Amino acid sequence: MAKVPKPSELLLDYALPKAEWMDTKPDFRPGTWCYPGKAKNLDVLQLPHAREWNPPDEDWKLPSNWKEIIFEGLRDCLDKYRSLRIFMDVCVRCGACADKCHFYIGSGDPKNMPVLRAELLRSIYRKEFTTAGKVLGKIAGARELTEDVVKEWFYYFFQCTECRRCSVFCPYGIDTAEITIIGRELLNLLGLNIDWVVGPAANCFMNGNHLGIQPHAFKDMIEFFVDEIEAVNGVRVEPTFNRKGAEILFITPSGDVFADPGTYTLMGYLMLFHEIGLDYTWSTYASEGGNFGLFTNHDTMKKLNAKMYAEAKRLGVKYIIGGECGHMWRVVNQYMDTMNGPADFLEVPVSPITGTVFENARSTKMIHIVEFTADLIKNGKLKLDPSRNDHHNVTYHDSCNPARGMGFFDEPRYVIQNVCNNFHDMPPNTIREQTFCCGSGSGLNTDEFMEMRMRGGLPRANAVRHVHDKYGVNMLSTICAIDRAVLTPLMDYWVPGVGVTGVHELVGNALVMEGETERTTDLRGEPLAGMEDIENEDV
Amino acid sequence: MGIKFSLLSVVALVLAVFLGVKAAGLTYFFGVVIPYIAIFTFIGGFTFRILKWARTPVPFSIPTTAGQQKSLPWIKHSKLDNPSTPAGVVGRMILEVLLFRSLFRNTKLEKYDGPKLAYQWEKWLWLFAILFHYSFLVIFVRHLRFFTEPVPGFVHALDSVDGMLQIGLPGLYISDLVFIAAVTFLFLRRVVIPQVRYISLPADYFPLFLLLALGLSGILMRYFTKVDILKVKELALGIVTFHPVIPEGIGVLFFIHLFLICTLFIYFPFSKLMHLGGVFLSPTRNMPNDSRIIRHINPWNYPVKTHTYEEYEDHFREKMIEAGLPVEKE
Repeated sequence: MAKVPKPSELLLDYALPKAEWMDTKPDFRPGTWCYPGKAKNLDVLQLPHAREWNPPDEDWKLPSNWKEIIFEGLRDCLDKYRSLRIFMDVCVRCGACADKCHFYIGSGDPKNMPVLRAELLRSIYRKEFTTAGKVLGKIAGARELTEDVVKEWFYYFFQCTECRRCSVFCPYGIDTAEITIIGRELLNLLGLNIDWVVGPAANCFMNGNHLGIQPHAFKDMIEFFVDEIEAVNGVRVEPTFNRKGAEILFITPSGDVFADPGTYTLMGYLMLFHEIGLDYTWSTYASEGGNFGLFTNHDTMKKLNAKMYAEAKRLGVKYIIGGECGHMWRVVNQYMDTMNGPADFLEVPVSPITGTVFENARSTKMIHIVEFTADLIKNGKLKLDPSRNDHHNVTYHDSCNPARGMGFFDEPRYVIQNVCNNFHDMPPNTIREQTFCCGSGSGLNTDEFMEMRMRGGLPRANAVRHVHDKYGVNMLSTICAIDRAVLTPLMDYWVPGVGVTGVHELVGNALVMEGETERTTDLRGEPLAGMEDIENEDV
Repeated sequence: MGIKFSLLSVVALVLAVFLGVKAAGLTYFFGVVIPYIAIFTFIGGFTFRILKWARTPVPFSIPTTAGQQKSLPWIKHSKLDNPSTPAGVVGRMILEVLLFRSLFRNTKLEKYDGPKLAYQWEKWLWLFAILFHYSFLVIFVRHLRFFTEPVPGFVHALDSVDGMLQIGLPGLYISDLVFIAAVTFLFLRRVVIPQVRYISLPADYFPLFLLLALGLSGILMRYFTKVDILKVKELALGIVTFHPVIPEGIGVLFFIHLFLICTLFIYFPFSKLMHLGGVFLSPTRNMPNDSRIIRHINPWNYPVKTHTYEEYEDHFREKMIEAGLPVEKE
């Protein structure tokens, strides 16, 4: 694995190469690319041209008719996606997007400017699909499709996290996420993907979740957290699994079952549902909220997402609540109903506790846990003691997908401000619709990519450091499982002393439960503010 | 390379019409044939492009949400930046098309040691983009006085507002000054900002040179060589009434000006200038964020092979039973 340079060694250089961009090639230097997708995983997902290959190698073992495959694939996409056609045609290269990309800011590589990332594909489109490109060639911004172009696509379409920040600033709404999604769709036609994407996707397809947790193990792991909760406050929660006739199916990313600090967020869910007496069930079959199919191609996204409705139908629930996850909510909000609906076997979500009808999910029949909790708090249905989070000084990271693929801004802030006494937002240019990516989204949260992750995460970390220095913020909250996993190393790297938490971990800390024993620690077993001495005595 | 090529192309266009009119006397060709070709190419090409875009399906609802979603009734919904209804989309599009809302968000990255980042105020691109487009629109509308008889009131009104400085004779138009200044700014920033220069193609410089030449030829004609307006109008009216005539004694400068605008019209549908039409059809801007409320239909949606619950249970049945998980088949 590549050695990650120290923060002080990580140079930010925005100098441009002498050569024009069509004449430069990517340098497959360790730390800037992800390991290739293994053949066995591509096979599980029925993806073509599965083989063993390696990006730094000269020979990528492309199928002999690879050019035809790409042209055919591009033609197909141009006929299927108006977005692609328009985004290929209307860019004026004003450059407004250039310094909006976290990977450009962190790497200085001009091909990470969204405009050039798109030109990588546009140049081929012009050559093959426009008269001007065919006749005028380079003068019209067109170039031949070569193996080097494919290598460049692989390098840069896996240096984009599909965060859509550039699309907020583009005067024509050109969305690089669309370009990257379709770029990856084309690469997949040649069997080119990264293993950190196809591995989890294959796991999810067969076992129900990205981590490949089998049903019995999934149940065991959740039950482990039941014990953990009991150790914290003496209350024994009783989750059920694959239970027919439950009112609600709850689906959250499997990362939260598996790794800190997401696990504390999961404990928060369990506590909340127990306290309000929610009639809900977990599913081991649909045990994944996230969808690494989104980072593969549209068909894989659809295959993985199909489980949510299929399981809701099988179990006969009324509706679905989804946990804190970023790209999961991009899929649920913008793709699910279209791909796998209509969910006419479900009912319009109504909170059984407050009676609130969630009109905004009238068709998908799936609501966000934070919407659900915000409604509970607004209606005074939860007994909360925010002082139990007084040891935290909290800020909030808007995850890209709920931010720019949904507009989910005030619900989480409302919840946080009701369960915490100390909250400070980061500067306006770095939150809400202008939020910066964690640098590891869209399946790039793998260790061999660590240098680029630290580079891409710099703008986010820089804003955290601002509130850390100014207000003493020591806890970064978020509603995304990938964020919870990747912001922790990012903070350790750029802003040591800042932890990472999910919103429902904070809810779990503050939630006063019936029959609870006196709380001296938070869900992590760390002493609450004012309880440090008691903890020490115990030790 | 892009700059030189584009500049030379525009110079060549000017030379071609100069020689064509002066040496070969091709006034009918440049005064009648080319304008008709330009008009029909523009209308045909523009329509073709729009239809091609419009016929391509929009499989998914993918608005870029730039404000609070419509959510619980007590949460303030950002109706324009994240519309949930067609009316909201109209509002968002008006802001986008008429006021360049997205470009107005622009900021500039500043890097300090540390590394420390900051985002500075940067509205110049927005400002000059607005000035360019609106001055061009004013100039375009003003030119209607050549194509209409009687000239509509709003054209007269615009004319007098635009000329209210009352400097010189014929009076100086504000729009002329603004247009030249804005095009110059757009060109200079393309050359001066290294990143923008790096991404620029000949197709970015060419329209700027063309517009600059177009503006300068118009200004020369109006303020300096003082073309015979009546004869120009006779020609213009002849074209729009399909009774083309070439009045004697119109200077070559007019033909240069006319040829440059014709070039722009012909070039338009095949170039990035089609952002004029594209902005209206951009799915990240013109769709409401209502995909949880109303099912968006994908016309080419097709079934895919999923891993069904039955297959899953078949695979794990024993382990599930052992763990006490309910199963469909014992």
